[in-house]
Amino acid sequence: MMELLAERGSLFALTGAALIALGFYGFIMRRALIRRLIAFNVIGSGIFLLFGGTGYFDDGVDPVPQALIITGIVVALALTAFAAALAVRLAQSGDDEDENAEAGR
Amino acid sequence: MNLLFALVALPLLFMLASLVAGRHGPRLIWLAAPLMTGLAVWLAMVVHTAPEGGALGGWPVPLGIMLEADGLAAALMMASAITAAITGLFALGSYGTTRAETTGSYTFWPLFYGLWAAVNAVLVSRDLFNLYVAIELLSICAVALAAFGSRKAAMDYLMIALAGSLAYLLGVVLIFAAVGTLDLSLIAERAPEARTSILIGAALISAGLIAKTALFPLHGWLPPAHGAAPPAVSALLSALVVKASFVILLRVWFEALPGLTEQAIITGFGMLGAAAILYGSALALRQEGLKALIAYSTVAQLGYLFLVFPLAGGGETITPWAAGAWGAMGFHASAHMLAKAGLFLAAGLMIHASGNGRMDGLTGLARAMPVTTLAFALCAVSLMGLPPSGGFMAKYLMLIASLASGQWPYALVILAGGLMAAAYLFRPLARMFAGNETPAITPLAHRWLPLAPLALAIAAMALGLLSAAPYELMASGLPEAGEAGLEEVEP
Amino acid sequence: MSLAFDLALCALILGAAGLAVAGRNLFGSVVFYIVYGVLIALAWVSLGAADVALAEAAIGAGVTGVLLIGAWQGMKDAGGLEAEITQSLPVRVLAGLGAAALGGLIGFAILSLPGHEGLTGPVAENQPAVNLGNPVTAVLLSFRAYDTLLETLVLSAALAAVWSLTPAGLWGGIPGPKHTTRPDGVMASFGRLLPPLGLLVAVYLVWAGADQPGGAFQAGTVLAAVWILIVLAGLRDEPRLSSLTLRVIVIAGPLVFLGAALAGALSGLALGYPEGHARTLILIIEYALTLSIAATLALLIAGPARRAP
Repeated sequence: MMELLAERGSLFALTGAALIALGFYGFIMRRALIRRLIAFNVIGSGIFLLFGGTGYFDDGVDPVPQALIITGIVVALALTAFAAALAVRLAQSGDDEDENAEAGR
Repeated sequence: MNLLFALVALPLLFMLASLVAGRHGPRLIWLAAPLMTGLAVWLAMVVHTAPEGGALGGWPVPLGIMLEADGLAAALMMASAITAAITGLFALGSYGTTRAETTGSYTFWPLFYGLWAAVNAVLVSRDLFNLYVAIELLSICAVALAAFGSRKAAMDYLMIALAGSLAYLLGVVLIFAAVGTLDLSLIAERAPEARTSILIGAALISAGLIAKTALFPLHGWLPPAHGAAPPAVSALLSALVVKASFVILLRVWFEALPGLTEQAIITGFGMLGAAAILYGSALALRQEGLKALIAYSTVAQLGYLFLVFPLAGGGETITPWAAGAWGAMGFHASAHMLAKAGLFLAAGLMIHASGNGRMDGLTGLARAMPVTTLAFALCAVSLMGLPPSGGFMAKYLMLIASLASGQWPYALVILAGGLMAAAYLFRPLARMFAGNETPAITPLAHRWLPLAPLALAIAAMALGLLSAAPYELMASGLPEAGEAGLEEVEP
Repeated sequence: MSLAFDLALCALILGAAGLAVAGRNLFGSVVFYIVYGVLIALAWVSLGAADVALAEAAIGAGVTGVLLIGAWQGMKDAGGLEAEITQSLPVRVLAGLGAAALGGLIGFAILSLPGHEGLTGPVAENQPAVNLGNPVTAVLLSFRAYDTLLETLVLSAALAAVWSLTPAGLWGGIPGPKHTTRPDGVMASFGRLLPPLGLLVAVYLVWAGADQPGGAFQAGTVLAAVWILIVLAGLRDEPRLSSLTLRVIVIAGPLVFLGAALAGALSGLALGYPEGHARTLILIIEYALTLSIAATLALLIAGPARRAP
């Protein structure tokens, strides 16, 4: 086990696994929307850490996972931005009908 | 490959154009609809002879990304192009050019084109991570469009979509960590060396995709989101969005991991599919809201897709009935796209006209809205699986495959699902023809709007009437497992 | 860096994540999330992945943190912050066990990985063909440019999605409240001093990104941050969302990228760059992307219009 932990890649990969578990707990147990968004981002970065950790070789992290992680970070941001705006809009006026919905009827 | 790239890139170009075109943005659909449908038809015509595909930028796998279209992709591409094009034209009635920009008339279009591009991207990509980006583009557009109806339902949908994305992404990362590639075919070659990690990854991927496809028991988010959205949006969500995640699931199990499909997994998918058919149909029978009924019907109809797992015998075992089952699934996916979009559009017009979304609002509408009613009835025929519709071909092929493979319980479920569909769709139809007075209706935004659901209904019928050509198309470039025995189960 | 450092870092990361996910105070959780993001960026430094560290610090911790604070404020102003329900002990234990099982399963999957050579080799072999010193940039803008193309459009789609939440009557209006500060105050001079500096950093990040850590996403975030500071300092107000100039800036980057890809398709190879010109084209795409990413991020943070046009 110690030998494994000494390997930098495995250490961070396993930390990633622990983060995923932690975030999962938060996602199912906490109902507040902001908290769920935090949990979503914690799980996301846990997955990326796992990705980097398992792609770690003696000469650093494989560039392909690095590029994919950057893409993943941006995608997660896009989702978070929309979710945050939707949460605020819901808090402001609940599910009231507005012009978008009416136009469609 | 350039054709495949164009099928993704052009809707993206329309998306950007609609972001700057302002109040003229809605007019772009007059160009996009024929152009995209034409390209999809072109693809269906050439996919027989020369399988379209290649490495983007010329970078071979595992470094680069491959695009490829098999017969199923081409067939679904065409069905989704017809559906999206007609739905887009229909949406002009709600989100058309107005004197001043409004939230709806501006933002509907970039989200619509983004969704269309994402569906096409999913159909042709051969790369697990690229599929992730594509399905996230799809999710963001789909949830935002669902919020046009109910923001509360959209939030629930978003939470499921987020959880599903994470599960999928984690699975992809584990598979890459195990085999060092994201390409479906290369994974298939290397998978046997890393069975354990790959199975865990594949389980996570499946869980995520099942949530996004709304397969029973993870279907809870679908009826509120699809039922509350404006008709054009409901049509897109029910017809296209849930099919995309299903196609990825199919690619993962049949093309990336054919050697790992164990009987338990196949049976599991089959049982969930059967449960979805029975449960979704039972709930559809109990709905009083017209759109809620159609949304629950989607839950049931999605179940049929999953029967392809047991009926095609999984990825590895080559069975004579596999091709039939594969074709049945392709027919079902295409027919459901067309018919379900048609139903939602027709229902939307009826609800607008009568000002009442419940069953009793439909009384006598057949006399006031004959074209819309005809469209509704034809789409219903396809959903029930009656001849000569595309839905009939799908269910007929599925029945043959389940009997030929000795899995008669699935045949019973298919028959029961058909009967229940007839029952729940007969209720609104009976209402439309009830009474003998012509009800007064609110006039529609444009007189030609009922032609949109009618066109979709006719397309669903044509799929059944011309079944030989689409069957041949779907069978070309089957995953290896399905190729044997094509001759035995010709329709 | 040493094993002791890595171990301590991982422990800190887990601690911060725990506080962010399960803490009692919602705003405190957001703050811990930002701390967590910075620690994660440090982990990437320790792994030697500077590009990811920059992206994680700028986007993962920075922009996401600002978005979460904005959402917290917005929900609080609307009186819609939900009170956290404390679940009963058995439920918590059950969820804890479930989460532990998931973590264990993933850990088991990690430990049973067979190991492979990765793609470092193929990347290094093909890098000279695109004449870029930074392998990550080569992957992002050449080998897997298709991913990056779709991803930039995910950002544009997210902006359309956020705008679709604009309340009736405010379409085309101005997002956010108006900020005013004393002209001689700290914030104002900060706001005057920082923009040129930020611009310089952003231009450098793109230019260096070809051969060293950096790139359009990191540089775009810096530019977006500069804009937000200018607004906070009250030097400029947010733009009207109906502005055509603004919309053109938003689509410029994706359009140049998409145009280059389609031009490739017309000349025979989608997403292929003409031989010998890959580096120049990639740099042009990156500068255009930087501008659009900066605008898109700033607009995502600003949210839908809140003041009538």
